[in-house]
Amino acid sequence: MAAALKQPGQPRAFLGALIGGAFGFALVVVLREISGLPTFQTEATGYPHVIVPAITAPLGYLVGLGIFDYWFRWAAGAPTRPEEHSQHGARSLGDYFKFNTDHKVIGIQYIVTSFIFFFIGGALAMVMRAELAQPGTQVVDPGVFNGLFSTHAALMIFIFVIPIFAGIANYVLPLMIGAPDMAFPRLNGLSFWLLPIGGLLFVTSFFVPGGAFDAGWTGYAPLSTGAPLGQSFFNLGVQFAGASSVATALNFLVTIVTMRAPGMNFWRLPLLVWANLSTSLLVVAATPFIAGVQFMVLFDRALGTNFFQAAGGGDVVSYQHIFWFYSHPAVYIMMLPGFGIISEVISTHARKPIFGYRLMALALIGIVVLSYTVWAHHMFVSGMFSWLRVPMMITTLLIAVPTGIKIFSWLGTLFGSVLHLYSTSMLFALGFIVTFVMGGISGVMLGMVPLDIHVSDTYFVVAHIHYVLFGGSVFTIFAGIYHWFPKMTGRMYDEKLGRLHFWLTFIGMSGAFLPMHWIGMEGMPRRVADYSAQFGDWNLLISCFAFLLGAAQLIFLYNMVVSWRWGPRATANPWRAKTIEWQVSSPPPIYNFDEIPRVVGGPYEYGVPGARHAIMAGEEAEVKAPEPATVGGGRS
Amino acid sequence: MLLLTAVISVVMLQFDWNGVAGSTEADDVDLLLDVMIVLSAFVYAIVLVMLGYSIWRYRAKPGDESDGEPIHGNTKLEVAWTVIPTVIVLFGAAYSWFILDKIEARDANRLQVDVTAQQFAWRFEYPEQGVTSTELHVPVDRQVELNLDAIDVIHSFWVPEWRVKKDAVPGKPTSVVATPDREGSYEVVCTELCGVGHSTMRAPVVVEPQEEFDAWIEDQGGTTGGGTAGGGGGETALAAEGRQLFDEQGCSGCHTLKAAGANETIGPNLDEVLPQRSEAEIRNSIVDPGAELSPGFGDGIMPDNFGDALSDEQLDILVSYLVDSTQGKK
Repeated sequence: MAAALKQPGQPRAFLGALIGGAFGFALVVVLREISGLPTFQTEATGYPHVIVPAITAPLGYLVGLGIFDYWFRWAAGAPTRPEEHSQHGARSLGDYFKFNTDHKVIGIQYIVTSFIFFFIGGALAMVMRAELAQPGTQVVDPGVFNGLFSTHAALMIFIFVIPIFAGIANYVLPLMIGAPDMAFPRLNGLSFWLLPIGGLLFVTSFFVPGGAFDAGWTGYAPLSTGAPLGQSFFNLGVQFAGASSVATALNFLVTIVTMRAPGMNFWRLPLLVWANLSTSLLVVAATPFIAGVQFMVLFDRALGTNFFQAAGGGDVVSYQHIFWFYSHPAVYIMMLPGFGIISEVISTHARKPIFGYRLMALALIGIVVLSYTVWAHHMFVSGMFSWLRVPMMITTLLIAVPTGIKIFSWLGTLFGSVLHLYSTSMLFALGFIVTFVMGGISGVMLGMVPLDIHVSDTYFVVAHIHYVLFGGSVFTIFAGIYHWFPKMTGRMYDEKLGRLHFWLTFIGMSGAFLPMHWIGMEGMPRRVADYSAQFGDWNLLISCFAFLLGAAQLIFLYNMVVSWRWGPRATANPWRAKTIEWQVSSPPPIYNFDEIPRVVGGPYEYGVPGARHAIMAGEEAEVKAPEPATVGGGRS
Repeated sequence: MLLLTAVISVVMLQFDWNGVAGSTEADDVDLLLDVMIVLSAFVYAIVLVMLGYSIWRYRAKPGDESDGEPIHGNTKLEVAWTVIPTVIVLFGAAYSWFILDKIEARDANRLQVDVTAQQFAWRFEYPEQGVTSTELHVPVDRQVELNLDAIDVIHSFWVPEWRVKKDAVPGKPTSVVATPDREGSYEVVCTELCGVGHSTMRAPVVVEPQEEFDAWIEDQGGTTGGGTAGGGGGETALAAEGRQLFDEQGCSGCHTLKAAGANETIGPNLDEVLPQRSEAEIRNSIVDPGAELSPGFGDGIMPDNFGDALSDEQLDILVSYLVDSTQGKK
């Protein structure tokens, strides 16, 4: 036992959390005693003896887990362990619960953790739909309901969609660019372990006095600054999830810029890499804004500052400006990696080069630039400067243009293709086009000020975000998971169950979210536990489809778990894809390549006789003269 | 493609998606929506036809391991699907801008109403007429300007049939105009999450002919001295004042109290919990709601700022009104 507590690992991590928590608690008690204040401050929003340990216990956990061991030794001048990266690879299930620096292990850790929170968040949605099935209050009271939808959204956004894209890219991206790992493997490990802490803070808020945070995932002040203790858990959870995002984004940027294989210039990058490059540019610049604004709310709550207290000279609307300056780019953080996945899936399963590859890459960059200029379209009725509405409307509508380019280019890719409709990932990619364009159209309508004034904060908005986040992001996530499942696990999944999963998901999502458009337009506001009886029938229908949608995800869970354990062995390249990750074994060896591959052409040269994307070790002899590189910009 | 566009458009335009239109602004907004439905139907039809055609035409047979044609792009097409959507959205933006200016133009003879929102009730003050009410009455075919203010957190004023909405923000006055052109009863719906009573934060709206509106104003004007708006003929002046406070302060937004015609259930039912309590206890529960809680109701549901919002005299009137109406006159 004592030995286990000395080694980095879970036992030492829990000890660290205990020590960290005790230290934080003692600090508050002692300081308050010295200052002559009552020992515990449990009125209103304070609770310092809970908030401070909620910061120090996770830090203790991370230290105990061994994440900082190398850095501490190095900083102290002590000998660092010579065999660094010894933690590479995972040989047993237990290895996934340790601090690991292997990008492939971290990728799996990310994906599995995010899916756990996906199912928790989904269960919360099921309770909400049970309550909303009929007008009136039956299942949960309004206070609990507010906590349910707030936590549902926070988990799905911060702990599922954003990090799972980081997880998929973590696994695939270094392989795609021909790198042995990410640029900063230890930072990569830290990024992952910050994530479950954020998720746990969100979930534990249900068990604190006053219940879970209930001001929505948007946490508008002053509702949030005056809310019970749970709100502080939201403020802190966002910090951990945000720090995780920023660190990963930096890691991707440096990896993509400096670690591309010889010959991999920017115009030979697979679009998934372009997509993560764009996403990372958004994350590093935008995420600090939400971290900052949640600290401001926490300070208003715990330290008596007046950032958002009108009575104390604060400005209520400024919260929304800072919040959306992150949270609008965030919707592209939740969508661009999905665009990347769709490009890989469609090109591979339609056996064609991506139509207009360069314009596709430039469209991503166009979205990055424009997405910083549209945030106030969330605030058309908020009472902000009214002149700001028209320019923000124009930029908002213009962002449909690069998005449209991507849609039309995918459709162009399908033209003249050999379309493999039976692979589940392709079904999700095509389903994505149908649902996402719908979400894009309702998005354009929401961008128009007069229409937005009417439907803002109604179920129309709920329908829109679920069309772009579920029909958009989640569909791309499923496409990506099915596409790379053989690569990650070395096993094949059950394609029949996959198709069943797709069809039930597609039907469930359409039935649940489509009618929300019109009940919103007719007058049902969002975030309500109860509603006028006139919307009763539609809501019952929506709830039924929502339960179908929920049940369909259990098929996915079963398929993934059973196939991972007992599925038939996968070959290195079951889809006959051209990108580099498919040219190594499934799963790839530790450090990915015996010898770094040499890139000689574009990533999607399907149907081009003799064309190659990359030459792997030992293949030199068979290769014909590579086609000349197109435009420069890469290093070699 | 054009056929599908036409079919989608025709079917979609059959419905009044936004429900009943009850203001001149609503007609403008609904026209914009219809135009957008047709344009969207065109775009969606292109996508569906291209997708459907590809699936029908290029679907691979099992075991087919060939590749598609190596088409890398087509500059003309790419320019087309960059430029055409740009033109469409810029047209949409210009048209929206035009409509926005139109629906926000202020008439010279508009009626002014000051609206105060608080957890979880609305209060309407007619500064020119000197009337305060918990119902919004407006004359038909005359523009009304609603000047919004919030006491505690952000609320949002929405009458779906008017298609107008604006947040009521603490410390930041906002305003919105509407020109109701259809008589009838509607509801103000709060659309900004404002706490546990958000879903029931509503207020009645009555759009009526000018004469009826004037009569209502007169009725209300008489209430400050004696008599009440909502019946209960035998009430004393003091009771009427208490009743008015009960409405104005938003008590009726959360509590049930038969005497005031209130039947909300966010807070305790006053007819049940008050009969056993002394005046001092009731007074204390208004000023410091967290001190003593009724079973089933948590701390923090009721705002704790009534001690500041009410003068001592008003508090006395409210307490004696509550005592009288739940425990009988002493």
